Amino acid sequence: MTQTERQTEDLDDSMFVKLEDSEKDTEFIAMESKTYLRDAWDCFKRNRLALAGLIFLLFMIILAVLVPILSPYTYDSQNLDVRNALPSMAHPLGTDKLGRDILVRLMFGARISLLVGFVAAFLNLIIGVVYGGISGFVGGKTDMVMMRVIDCIYSIPSMLYVILIMMVFGSNIGSVLLGICVSSWIGMARQVRTQVQTLKQQEFALAAYVIGAGKLRILFKHLIINCMGPIIVSTTLMVPEAIFTESFLAFIGIGISLPQASWGTLASEARSVIQSYPLQIVWPVLAICLTVLSLNFIGDGVGEALDPKNRQEV
Amino acid sequence: MAEALLTVDHVKTYFDVTKGLFSKKQIVKAVDDVSFSIGEGETYGLVGESGCGKSTLGRTLVQIYPVTGGKIYYKGRDIDTLKKTDRKEFTREVQMIFQDPYASLNPRMTVGEIIKEPMEIHKILDTSQQREERAAELLKLVGLKPDHIRRYPHEFSGGQRQRISIARTLALNPRFIICDEPISALDVSIQAQIINLLKEIQSDLKISYLFVAHDLSMVNYISDRIGVMYLGHLVEEGTADQVYSSPLHPYTRALLSAVPIPDPDVAKARRKIHLEGELPTPLNPPAGCPFKGRCPSATEECGKVRPEMKDYGGHKVACFHAGPSH
Repeated sequence: MTQTERQTEDLDDSMFVKLEDSEKDTEFIAMESKTYLRDAWDCFKRNRLALAGLIFLLFMIILAVLVPILSPYTYDSQNLDVRNALPSMAHPLGTDKLGRDILVRLMFGARISLLVGFVAAFLNLIIGVVYGGISGFVGGKTDMVMMRVIDCIYSIPSMLYVILIMMVFGSNIGSVLLGICVSSWIGMARQVRTQVQTLKQQEFALAAYVIGAGKLRILFKHLIINCMGPIIVSTTLMVPEAIFTESFLAFIGIGISLPQASWGTLASEARSVIQSYPLQIVWPVLAICLTVLSLNFIGDGVGEALDPKNRQEV
Repeated sequence: MAEALLTVDHVKTYFDVTKGLFSKKQIVKAVDDVSFSIGEGETYGLVGESGCGKSTLGRTLVQIYPVTGGKIYYKGRDIDTLKKTDRKEFTREVQMIFQDPYASLNPRMTVGEIIKEPMEIHKILDTSQQREERAAELLKLVGLKPDHIRRYPHEFSGGQRQRISIARTLALNPRFIICDEPISALDVSIQAQIINLLKEIQSDLKISYLFVAHDLSMVNYISDRIGVMYLGHLVEEGTADQVYSSPLHPYTRALLSAVPIPDPDVAKARRKIHLEGELPTPLNPPAGCPFKGRCPSATEECGKVRPEMKDYGGHKVACFHAGPSH
């Protein structure tokens, strides 16, 4: 008996029974169902640098809120008896040339710097997404005009805007924000426009049109949500950029008016005593460095988490 | 055939592809003077090679592309002049299934959200709860599990995605569905499943289909009538039997001779018609018959005038040399 014959004999009809419908498990999906954000967060957590950056930033925010409230000193209370003091129990980071507590001033500055950073990034996000989204979605002549307007705004150096706005509206936090925002949303708008242009040709956008979705619904629910990844990354990276710009402006003397202090003004004040008390300039510079660094790490981490193509294999 | 649900009357879809401000105007005639009509509950198959304008025609019917010339009538009314409420009704009743199941579902929405969206837009059912139940019902109808409702499209295979796409379409209880090559991105075993699903749905819900494809044997299987397109023109039209077993147009004959036959002996005995040359570009379509450059029986006459559609007992053909007498 050959092997084939024996095999054929072993197989009787009872072995060929149709499966019940309930027994069919044709295409079982084994992957745990996670929402997009949940998945991104899991990936973000694995990035140690980004996580450290986030923790540092949260710590900084908590200090910025609490220290000026809990401290016995205010940011502008002078005590000429303890000028240029070194760190001590009473003044953990020492005092400046007018005897003001540096820790309180630094944390008060953190409020301003972080506020400027986040609000500027948020405004950029809103303006850039709406402007770029409409430009890319409508297309044609509207798009051309909107892009030429952008080119015009972009052709003037942003520093010029800042200085002009300061002259007109005075040195306050509002004009700093306005100055930073006037031209920095342009990158975001261009990015969103390109993405929307590509996505609107995709079949899911056409499908949304065919089921009768309105223009706004297609633009926001179908197109912009699909380019949210790069948008969030640019927004995260916009925060340190704005903090940097603000600090730079304050350092060269344009910006928040004294005796209020941002990190840039603190650095600028400390510069005048840098020969005799070099420690005073270390604090604001350190604060700027660490904050900007951790924001950049967070930006990288978010970028990696939101774009699966960038993910490192684990 | 019952009264026509959708009538396409000398429809033209042209695209302006002029590059630059000062260059010569260049027009692609993707669909050029096509007429046919589709009855209630009927399946009309539209075949032709890539680039012949069949998908463009499908998209023109749901107003993704504007009509350049001619008229489209749905239930006897010109769809270009519909008022707001009538337009809403039109978009509810005329739906489309797209070619690429990987591109036609929004990757950021769950299956439930995808299927519920058309119901939300058209305010079908009152509460979110009812819509959710209906979505689960639809998933079951297209052969998926109701508990797939919270999953994202990327977790599904191509065939499953096409089923989701069909469920989304059915959420609106349409009367007419344009199937734009719904099976060409799927592998053969899945193709048959989807085709049978579409047939089942049709017999249950009495829906008309415009079935766009380039696979003739599939089209023959599902269609009541077939139209053959070449370079933006409809060159032959008839019942599936007429077109499949006695093709009149030389192009249709060539297409049919390219259909694979599973039996190698039969396949060997068959005479294959090899077409010379390429599909001319619709940018500068030749005068006269669009097929004349590749036609084995072209004469001088073909180069001068475009042949009109001639009707031979419901079997129409646009060729000077074709017809039952030839």
